[in-house]
Amino acid sequence: MEKNAPLIAITNLHKTFGENTVLNGVDINVNKGEYVVILGRSGSGKSVTIKCLVGLEKADKGVIKVFDTDITNLNENDLNAIRVRIGFMFQNGALYDSMSIRQNLTFTLKHHNKNISNEDIETKITEALDNVGLLEAIDKMPSELSGGMRKRIGMARALIIQPEIILYDEPTSGLDTITAREISELMVSIQKKYKTTSLIITHDMACAKLTGNRILILNNGVIHAEGTYAELEKSKDSWVKSFFI
Amino acid sequence: MIAGLKNIFTDTGNITVFTARFFKEVFRPPFQINEFLRQSYAVGYKSLPLVTITGFIMGLVLTIQSRPTMAKFGAESWLPSMVSLSLIREIAPVITALICAGKIASGIGAELGSMKVTEQIDAMEVSAINPYKYLVVTRILATTLMIPILVIYADLVGIFGGYVGYNVHGSMGLYRYFTGVFEHLEFLDVVPATIKTFFFGFFIGLIGCYKGFNASNGTASVGVAANSAVVTASLSIFIIDMLAVQITDLFF
Repeated sequence: MEKNAPLIAITNLHKTFGENTVLNGVDINVNKGEYVVILGRSGSGKSVTIKCLVGLEKADKGVIKVFDTDITNLNENDLNAIRVRIGFMFQNGALYDSMSIRQNLTFTLKHHNKNISNEDIETKITEALDNVGLLEAIDKMPSELSGGMRKRIGMARALIIQPEIILYDEPTSGLDTITAREISELMVSIQKKYKTTSLIITHDMACAKLTGNRILILNNGVIHAEGTYAELEKSKDSWVKSFFI
Repeated sequence: MIAGLKNIFTDTGNITVFTARFFKEVFRPPFQINEFLRQSYAVGYKSLPLVTITGFIMGLVLTIQSRPTMAKFGAESWLPSMVSLSLIREIAPVITALICAGKIASGIGAELGSMKVTEQIDAMEVSAINPYKYLVVTRILATTLMIPILVIYADLVGIFGGYVGYNVHGSMGLYRYFTGVFEHLEFLDVVPATIKTFFFGFFIGLIGCYKGFNASNGTASVGVAANSAVVTASLSIFIIDMLAVQITDLFF
């Protein structure tokens, strides 16, 4: 990998579902250590963009380079080699509901490292849960947790593999203002502690302001505007302004 | 009409690809032994009470219903043979498979459908865990191996039910009854009937997994997946049974 190459480089990404064109030439670069937020209305293709990044959706056209490797035509094994370096936090946590929190975390860890000892598993689980402030939930089932707690555990599961990139899909959606702020602050503290590169999908302006050092606004399948929160706030573009009202 | 036909062909194509993937993945390591054992326990052990009750009732009712006709022809002593042959060759495999289609195929369809809707399958995939291998292969293997065992168990319970049924109105010792059972039972009565149960089990698992794995997003699709899994699995059991009877008839 070239020294100054971006960790994520998306060029001319197109994606269509039936008659509906969702992405129509998206270009995104995310450098190492950056926290980039993608803003956009519901259905604008934000989630589709990050799903294409991990191979959950296949791009119709375009190049997606992650760690300087084009992932669009990788076989499953090569794609998995990339995936183990990326943490993905799903909108509703996507915790395995037949497993306890401990089993959720152990399951992910054991599949990443077959030879990991039980002591190491315990240490990593404790650290991950401590990071998200939910150590007491270790033996609970996902159904016993609130929406905010599920998101925190989802974050712990993404973190436990010590990823270089974390992708957040609507990390604060469906939460009250206070819990949403707590989650945003937690994301910032994790970014600082582990020096991860983050790509955050949201339509929550408070979350974008707190967590992103660069914001991209997606509209009509392309990146419509780009800048820091302060720059975009002063924009004269009516579409951009509508996000700050 | 044309759209309906198109859907049938699309579904057939997709299920063929899904089946081909099973045979590709099943021999490729890593093997999910623990999950396979967990699924075998869920499919086999947890179905025992249901299979015991239905197996016993099958044998009991068949004996009580057949007895007057057999008595009319003076063939009452043939009742143990007749009941055991009917149970082993046809009734126990089909009824047990249908019960399992209701219990297991719907359970698998609903479980995987719900995992799909709540992005748990996606979560496995992005964690570099092959969800097909972990969720689908283990379940299909479990149903393929457990359904034949459940059917053999249902055969035995059903034959015992026949003994109880015989003794409701008549009197026959256990030893004499079982001598009657095994007197006319041949190797060729048992083997084809057992072979077809592997296919029943395979299709119950396959259809449950296919319907759940391909559930569209939205909670309503979980119910649709479960319901559709039962209907398709039940129908496939009758079709396999018909083919199995034709093939057995051709060769034996």
